[in-house]
Amino acid sequence: MIELPRRPRLRTRKGGHVDRDRSLTFRFDGRAYQGHPGDTLASALLAAGVRIVGRSFKYHRPRGIYTAGPEEPNALAGIGTGARATPNSKVTTVELHDGLVARSQNRWPSLALDLMCVNSALSRFLPAGFYYKTFMWPAAFWEKVYEPAIRRAAGLGRASALPDPDHYEACHAHCDVLVVGSGVAGLAAARAAGEAGARVILAEQDFLAGGGLLCEPGQEAWRQEALAALAALPNVTTTLRTTVFGYYEQNMLGALERVADHLPVPPAHQPRQRYWTIRAGEVVLATGADERLIAFPGNDRPGVMLAGAARTYARRFGVLAGSRAVLFANNDEAYGTLAALAEAGAERVTVVDPRPLGPAAAAARRQGFEVLAGHEVTGGHGGRGIYSVEARAIGSAGAFQIDADLLCVSGGYGPAIQLASQSRTAMRWDDRIAAFVPGDAPGQRSAGGARGCFGIAAAARDGLAAGQAAASAAGFAAKAAFALPEGDDPDATVAPFWEVRARGKSFVDLQHDVTTADIRLAHREGYRHIEHAKRYTTHAMATDQGKTGGLVGAAVLAEARGETVAVVGMPTYRPYVSPVTWGAVAGHHRGRAFAPIRRTMLHDWHARRGAEFMEAGLWLRPAFYARPGEAPWDAILREGRAVRQAVGICDVSTLGKIDVQGSDAATFLDRLYTNTFSTLPVGKARYGLMLREDGMVMDDGTTSRLAPDHFFVTTTTANAGRVMEHMEFHAQTVWPELDVQFASVTDQWASMSVAGPEARRTLAKVIAGLDISDAGLPFMGVADATLAGCPVRVFRISFSGELAFEVATPAGYALAVWEAILAAGAEFGIEPYGVEALGLLRIEKGHVAGAELNGQTTMRDVGLGKMAKKGDFVGKVLAGRPGLTDPARPRLVGVRAVDRERQIRPGAHLVEPGSDRSLGWITSVTRSVEPGGWIGLAMLSGDADRHGQRLVAAFPLMNEAVEVEISSPHFVDPENARVRS
Amino acid sequence: MHRIDCPWCGPRDEAEFAYRGDATVRRPAHDAGIDAFYDYVYTRANPRGWHTEWWHHAGGCRQFVKVVRHTMTHEIAGTGKAGDSLPVPAE
Amino acid sequence: MTRYSAFGLLTKALGGHAGWGRAWRDPAPKPSYDVIIIGGGGHGLASAYYLAKEHGITNVAVLEKGPIGLGNTGRNTTIVRSNYLLPENNHFYEWSLKLWEGLEQDLNFNVMMSQRGVLNLFHSDAQKHAAARRGNSMRLIGVDAELLDREQVRAMVPLLDFDNARFPVMGGLLQRRGGTARHDAVAWGFARAADRLGVDIIQHCEVTGIRREGGRVTGVETTRGPIAAGKVGMAVAGNTSRVAAMAGLRLPIESHVLQAFVTEGLKPLVDTVVTFGAGHFYISQSDKGGLVFGGDLDGYNSYAQRGTLQMVEHVFAAGVSMMPCLSRLRVLRQWGGVMDMTMDGSPLICRTPVEGLYLNGGWCYGGFKATPGSGWCFAHTIAKDEPHRLNASMTIERFRDGRLMDERGVGPWPWAQ
Repeated sequence: MIELPRRPRLRTRKGGHVDRDRSLTFRFDGRAYQGHPGDTLASALLAAGVRIVGRSFKYHRPRGIYTAGPEEPNALAGIGTGARATPNSKVTTVELHDGLVARSQNRWPSLALDLMCVNSALSRFLPAGFYYKTFMWPAAFWEKVYEPAIRRAAGLGRASALPDPDHYEACHAHCDVLVVGSGVAGLAAARAAGEAGARVILAEQDFLAGGGLLCEPGQEAWRQEALAALAALPNVTTTLRTTVFGYYEQNMLGALERVADHLPVPPAHQPRQRYWTIRAGEVVLATGADERLIAFPGNDRPGVMLAGAARTYARRFGVLAGSRAVLFANNDEAYGTLAALAEAGAERVTVVDPRPLGPAAAAARRQGFEVLAGHEVTGGHGGRGIYSVEARAIGSAGAFQIDADLLCVSGGYGPAIQLASQSRTAMRWDDRIAAFVPGDAPGQRSAGGARGCFGIAAAARDGLAAGQAAASAAGFAAKAAFALPEGDDPDATVAPFWEVRARGKSFVDLQHDVTTADIRLAHREGYRHIEHAKRYTTHAMATDQGKTGGLVGAAVLAEARGETVAVVGMPTYRPYVSPVTWGAVAGHHRGRAFAPIRRTMLHDWHARRGAEFMEAGLWLRPAFYARPGEAPWDAILREGRAVRQAVGICDVSTLGKIDVQGSDAATFLDRLYTNTFSTLPVGKARYGLMLREDGMVMDDGTTSRLAPDHFFVTTTTANAGRVMEHMEFHAQTVWPELDVQFASVTDQWASMSVAGPEARRTLAKVIAGLDISDAGLPFMGVADATLAGCPVRVFRISFSGELAFEVATPAGYALAVWEAILAAGAEFGIEPYGVEALGLLRIEKGHVAGAELNGQTTMRDVGLGKMAKKGDFVGKVLAGRPGLTDPARPRLVGVRAVDRERQIRPGAHLVEPGSDRSLGWITSVTRSVEPGGWIGLAMLSGDADRHGQRLVAAFPLMNEAVEVEISSPHFVDPENARVRS
Repeated sequence: MHRIDCPWCGPRDEAEFAYRGDATVRRPAHDAGIDAFYDYVYTRANPRGWHTEWWHHAGGCRQFVKVVRHTMTHEIAGTGKAGDSLPVPAE
Repeated sequence: MTRYSAFGLLTKALGGHAGWGRAWRDPAPKPSYDVIIIGGGGHGLASAYYLAKEHGITNVAVLEKGPIGLGNTGRNTTIVRSNYLLPENNHFYEWSLKLWEGLEQDLNFNVMMSQRGVLNLFHSDAQKHAAARRGNSMRLIGVDAELLDREQVRAMVPLLDFDNARFPVMGGLLQRRGGTARHDAVAWGFARAADRLGVDIIQHCEVTGIRREGGRVTGVETTRGPIAAGKVGMAVAGNTSRVAAMAGLRLPIESHVLQAFVTEGLKPLVDTVVTFGAGHFYISQSDKGGLVFGGDLDGYNSYAQRGTLQMVEHVFAAGVSMMPCLSRLRVLRQWGGVMDMTMDGSPLICRTPVEGLYLNGGWCYGGFKATPGSGWCFAHTIAKDEPHRLNASMTIERFRDGRLMDERGVGPWPWAQ
C-alpha cells in the first residue's frame, strides 16, 4: 500500500478529457503520485502539486512546467528504468501509464538541493561564450581539468548504457493528401479531402485528436462528429501519437509513431515505435501555432507558464495550475485563459496587459477580473515556485507586488512553420500577428493557425478550403461542404511586445539559459547575424529548438541592430520538428541483421565438418576445417599440404559469375579487358585483367568461351557487383551499338576447385561424358560433363599452381557433386580446404588477390604488365600517364623471413636496416608448405633490383622488426609445369 | 528522397538506384590522347543548377537511366533511356 | 582589442560585460589589396591570418558572401586527426594537427581542441591489414598510432556491440592525439586574430567575377564593386567549381552533400571519437553533451546543404549496430554540408594556370581538421608563389599526370571516395 501525500484539490471535479474514475500510480524522483488515464506526466505532476521538475542547462535554476506540448523547454525528465530508461523526455508529451517511473535530470544531489546552482550565483562571470575567452592557461589543463568539469556539468539526462530491449519497425505509406495536425483546420481539411475521395492520412502527434478543440467544451460535439465522419471514410487513415518530423524532396515526409510508449512495455510482437516514410501527392500543414514567451526578469521561475498551457491544463486535464494567477499578455486570444482558470476554481486572476485598455480587457473587467492595462510584469519572485509577481505601469518606476502562485504569459502566437521552412517554402513577415507566415508551394499548403489564421471558426473555414484545394490538386472533385464550428473569431492583431527592460535575468531560451543580456553581448561583440548570435549564445539550439522564445531572441537582436525582426529573420529551423528516436529510424537493420548474410549451397556441410567461418564481404566462407584439438595453423598447413601432395577440394561458389551473350560479346570483352578474347577458341578459358578507366587494376578472373557468341566470366568475390555494373555501364552508355547482354549467375552455379596431383584420378572416378586426360581436357580447357548424375561444367584452371579442375554445377546439385568428389578422393587422401589454405597456396604461387589489387596498383605494379594488348581497352590511355609508368613505383615481390620461424605480418613496411623510410609494404603473408616458414607478397620500390636483398619488415605498432629476404613472388613452380601436367 | 521515373519501370524510389555521375561526358576515341581521357575521367562542369546524370536502376531493371535533375532544389525535370537526348530547362 | 583571459572576464563582469568590443572590425572594402582571399570560412580566414603572421603581408581582405564561418566550417562533425596512409597526406595533416595543438594560445581564443583520441574500428582481416599498413606508415614518420586488439577496444569503449554484431569488432587503430574542436570558434578565432593583424574581413561581399589581364589576375568583381588585387586566393569549399569557373577553370571536382546529426544533450557517454568499420558511421560527444555523428555522402551531386532520408536510415542503422545503447536516444537535428569531392579524395592547395590566382579546395571530408594547416600552406603558396613541400603534391596536374593521392584506392568516383 502506497501512502499518498494529502494535497489541496488541484483537480477539477468534472470536465476535460481525463477519466477520473480510474487512477494510475506513478513515481517521480522516487515518490509515488496518482493521476488518471488521459493525463500527461505534466498534468499529473501539476495536479499533484509538483512545481519544480527540472534544472536548467547552464545555471541549474529550478524550473517548472512551462507548456502543455512538444514545445516544452523546461520540464525534461528521464522516463523508465534499466535498459528502458529514456532521458530528456518532455513531461508535457509523456502519456501517463500505471507504474510509470520518472526522474528529474541535471541536478546533484537532488532536485530541491542542486549544488550546481552555484553557477547561477557566478552567472555574471559566465556570459554567453565565456568559454571562448578563458580556460586556455595552462594549455595542458583543458583536457585534464577544465573540459572534464564542463562535460560533467553540461549535458542533460543520463543515457542507459544497456542495449535497447525494444524493437522498431519501418513502414512506407502513400497517399493523395497528407494532413499534418488534427486541430480544427486539420480535421476540416482531412474530412474535405476524404469526402472528395482522396486517400488521406491525418497525422496527429498527440494521443487525442482535436488540438485546440480539446480545450473548447462548446465544440466537443463538432469534434466528435468530425472524428466519426473520418472514421466512416475507408479512404482516410487517422494516426495518433505520430509526429511528422521532417519534410523532404518531392513530398516525402518522415514521421514517428509512438506505438507503445504509453504502455509499461510494448505488448508481444508490437514495436515500441514505428518510423513512417510518407509519399504524399499533396500536403496540408495544419500544425497550428506556438505561443511565445515574453522576456522579463524571472520569466523562468517555477509557476510561470504560457497562458495557453494554463488554459489547456484547466480545460483538457481539469488541473488548476495555480489559484491566484496573473495573466501577462499582449493579445486578445490569451484572455481566453481567464474563463478557463475561473471555471477551474481559481480564486483570482489579475491581468497585466501592456496595451492600452481594449475591448477584450474591458470585457474581462466586466466579468470581474482585475485588469491592469498599460502595465508590464517586471519580475517573478520565488525560487521553488512563484509567490509574488512584480508589476508596474509602463513608463513608471514604481513597481508593486501582486500575490500570486501562477504567472501566465503570452506574447502572441506564431505559426508553427518548422515543416514549411524545411521544405524551403518562402516565408513572409506578417505585421498583424508579428510573426513569419508560410506561403504555399507546389503540392503543399498551410492551413489554419499554421498560416496565421487564428480562431476556431476561421481556422475551420481555412482548413476546409485547404482540404478541398488539396483534393482537387490531386484530381478529386470537392463534395458539398459540411457544417463547421461557428463563433466569433478573436482579433488576432498583436502589439509586438518582446521584452520588459528591468533588472534581472530575462530569458529568451529557457533550456539553454540564454538571456536578453547574452543576445546584446553577442551583438556588441559583432555576432550580429542571427546565425552568429544563435551559435555564440546557443539560443534556440536546445531540444525545443526555440519554439517559444526563438523569435523573441531575434527581436532583441533586431532592436540592438536597429532593424526590424522581418529583416533580421529567425534562427533557422533544421530538421527535426521534434527529436526523433534513433532506434526507430534504424528499424530492424541492427545487430546481426545489420546486413544480410550470404551462404553458399555447401554452407551446412562446411558447418557440419567443423569449419571456422570468416567474413568475405557479405559471404561467410570456411576459413579452415580444424580437427578436434588441432590448432588453426596446423589445420591450414594440413589442408595446404593435401593440395600440394595429394588432392584437395575447395568451395569457390562465392566467385562472381556473369553470363555474357550476343553477337558482339567477344568485341565487347576485348574492349573491357586488357587482353584479347575474340581469339579465344570455343571450349577454352583465359585469365583476364580488367582496368578502371583511370588505368588502375579493377579486377581479374577467368573467362571461358562456351560458343562463338557466349562467354562465361568469373570475377573475384569482392568485385562481382562492381564488374557487373562496369559491364552494363559500358554496354548501355558507351557502346550501345554492340549486341551484348549480361546476366549475373553467381547464385545459380555452385563451383568447387579440385586441386592437387591426384585431382585427375579423383575426378576420373566420378565424371562421365568427358575425357579429362591432358589430351582430352588440356590446361585452360572447358567442357560439359555429368558427375554423379548431375550436369557439370569442368574448367581446367588453377589458382593453387597445382593440376586443378574447377567443377561448376547448377546450385541445387552442389551437395551431391561435392560429396561424390569427396568419396572418390578418399583413397587419395582428399581434404576439403578453406580460404586460409587457398590463400597459402596462391601466395606460394605468387598469384595476386584483393590485398594486391586494392585499387592503388597498375598491371605493371603487380607484375602483369605483359597482359596489355595493342588495341583499345578501358584504362589503356590513362595507364600510360607518367605517374603510372614511373619506374620508382612499388612492384610485386616475394618476402620470406630469414629466421623461418619469425612471423611476418601484412601491413608491415619494408625498410633498410636502421632506416625509417618506407620502401614498400607487405600485402599478404602465410606460413608455407613448400618453401617453409613465413612468406609473403609485398609491394616494393626497386622490385627486381632488390631480389636477393635483405630488408627489415618493420611493424612499429607492435615494436617488431623482422629481417626478410626479397625474392620473386613465385615461390612454387615458377615454370608453371604442374598446372599443365 | 528522390523519386525517379524509370523509362522501363515507371516511378521508383531513390533507394532502388545507384548514382553514376555526369552523363554529359563522352568517352573519347581510343587514340584521342591522355588530355582527352583526362577530361573524360576527371574534369566536371559540376553545375549548381540543372545536371544531366546517370542513375543505375540497380535494384530494378539494371538499366542506366538518364536524369535531368537540379543540384540545388533536387527537382527532376525529366528522365530518359541511355540514348535519349533530354531537354535541360533554362535556369 | 581586448585580450581574452580569465582576469579579463572577471573585470568585464563587474562592468556588466559592457566593455567587450567587437571580436573583429566591420570595414568597408578598400579599392585595392595586395592579396584577396575569396571565402570567409575557416580556411580563408586561416590563410589571411598566416599571410599576416608568417609572411608579414597584412594588406589582405577576406571576402565572404554571407556571414563568416557558416559554410562547411559551421556544418561539420568537428573531428581533428592526422591518421592518413599516404605520406603526402600524413605529413600535411600532421602539421595541421601540430598547429591545432597550439592554436588556443596562438589565437587567444579557446577553440576547445580536445584530444580525446580517434579510434577506427576494424572488423575483418583485410581491414586489419589496411589499418596496420596505415598505422605503421604513421609511426614511421613520427605520428602517434596504436593498434588495439578487441579487448583493448572493449576497455576503451565498453558500449560497443561485442556480443551480437553482424561484423564483430576485431580491434582498432587509435590516434590518441586526434579529437574534436569547437567548429564555430575556429572561424571566429582566426577572424579575430587576423583582424588584429590588420586583415580586413568583409562580410556580405560576394565575388561575382575574377578580373584578368593577359593571363594574370588583377582583382575581383563583387556585389560591393570591383576590388583590385595583386594576388587572389580561392578558399570557397562548397563552391569551388563555380568560383574557379569565373576564371575559366574546369576542375576535377564534384560537389556532394554529406549529412550530419546531433542528439539531445546527455551526460558523458562516449569519451572518444569512434568510427565504425562495418558501415559508414562516426560519433563523438560535444562538450555540451550532444552526440555528434555522421556517415557517408548521400551520393549524388548536390549543392543543397540537405540530404534525403535514405542515407539517414543507413547512418542510424550503423549507429545502433555499432553501439546498441544509442537506440533509445533522440536525435535533435540533422543538417547537410556541401563537400567538394576531388576525384582521388585528396585536396588541392596550388597555383592555377592563371598567374596570381591560387586554389584551395577539394577538401572532401578532410576540411575541418585541415583548417590551420591548409591556411598555413596556402599562405605560403600565395606569399612565395610556390608551394611548401607539405602541399607540393596537392596540385591539379596530379590528375593529368597520374600521381594520385587515393587513400583507399576507390578510383575516380567522387561519390564513392
